[in-house]
Amino acid sequence: MVSREYLAVILGMGLVTFLPRWLPLVYLTKRSLPSWLVEWLDFIPAAILSAILLPALVSDSATRSVDLWRPEFIVAIPTFLIAILTKSLGGTVIVGMLLFGLAQKFL
Amino acid sequence: MSPMKSKKDSGSGHRKTTLSRGMTAAWPICLGYMPIGLAFGVLAQKAGLSPLEIGLMSVIVFAGSAQFIAVSMLAAGASLFSIVATTFMVNLRHFLMSSALAVFLKNADRKKLSFFAYGVTDESFAVNLSKFRDSRWDLNSALITNYTANLTWIITTVLGGVGGQFIPAHAFGLDYALIAMFICLLVFQIRGFIYVITAVTAGIFAVFLSMLIPGNSYIVIASMTAAAIGVVLKKKGR
Repeated sequence: MVSREYLAVILGMGLVTFLPRWLPLVYLTKRSLPSWLVEWLDFIPAAILSAILLPALVSDSATRSVDLWRPEFIVAIPTFLIAILTKSLGGTVIVGMLLFGLAQKFL
Repeated sequence: MSPMKSKKDSGSGHRKTTLSRGMTAAWPICLGYMPIGLAFGVLAQKAGLSPLEIGLMSVIVFAGSAQFIAVSMLAAGASLFSIVATTFMVNLRHFLMSSALAVFLKNADRKKLSFFAYGVTDESFAVNLSKFRDSRWDLNSALITNYTANLTWIITTVLGGVGGQFIPAHAFGLDYALIAMFICLLVFQIRGFIYVITAVTAGIFAVFLSMLIPGNSYIVIASMTAAAIGVVLKKKGR
């Protein structure tokens, strides 16, 4: 069975996860936003995707050091090229996975 | 579609395309969630959680990295407050993502927005945002995408908890599915030179910050700063 303590933990986690996802969607969609905010939000996706991606490619989370000689980073270079040339999400994912599988074997 | 078809037919045809469009957009996310979901299930089971408890967490929380952290904290006997506070910090970045998505959802149905908010993850955010920009995308398709990804996460985490140690989660380069997806979605977001500068600044700043400060708050700090630099550069260019 599920204990009351465990339920309290996941309900608390669920609430603090849901609120930041929910508040902007219900409040910002009802208002007209100032133009500087719209411009700023327009740059957020490129910035946030890069801020998630680059540390995952070049830094070793265990040792907290930057290392460019990692399969994650090396494979990212052809994967970027394929994404730019084909503009195909599915194709990029498949080729990226194949290259990473190979890199793990041979690097 | 043939113009001879009745209104009723085209209505159900529309529903079908919404469904298949949403599910098609979700497949790279699902592919990436599978190994992570299985890995999470295995880890949670080792930490003493039952498949039911794992499934409940995936339904109620639905946040990959926070769930991993919570399980290790539970195993270490951490308090309710510290687990919830950590979850809040780890998931605060979704506040930014929902704000960026809100620009495309002006005056949308409140109830649908709430259901949509539940499914905002790094991955669904990235996919939906590039789709919304493509214009032929609507909230219904986005909801299908989110819940397809959500269902994949719930099923694979429970499967991992039941017998994940027998499933080869690291085969076929699956570990790279989400990274490759992010690479392509980042490319989709680059719509000019200022976007390149913004992305490069955010990435390098994030790498530096991730070395200096614990946790993942580097994502929020780096992207907010880089986006502000983008706005300034755009003003100067005018």
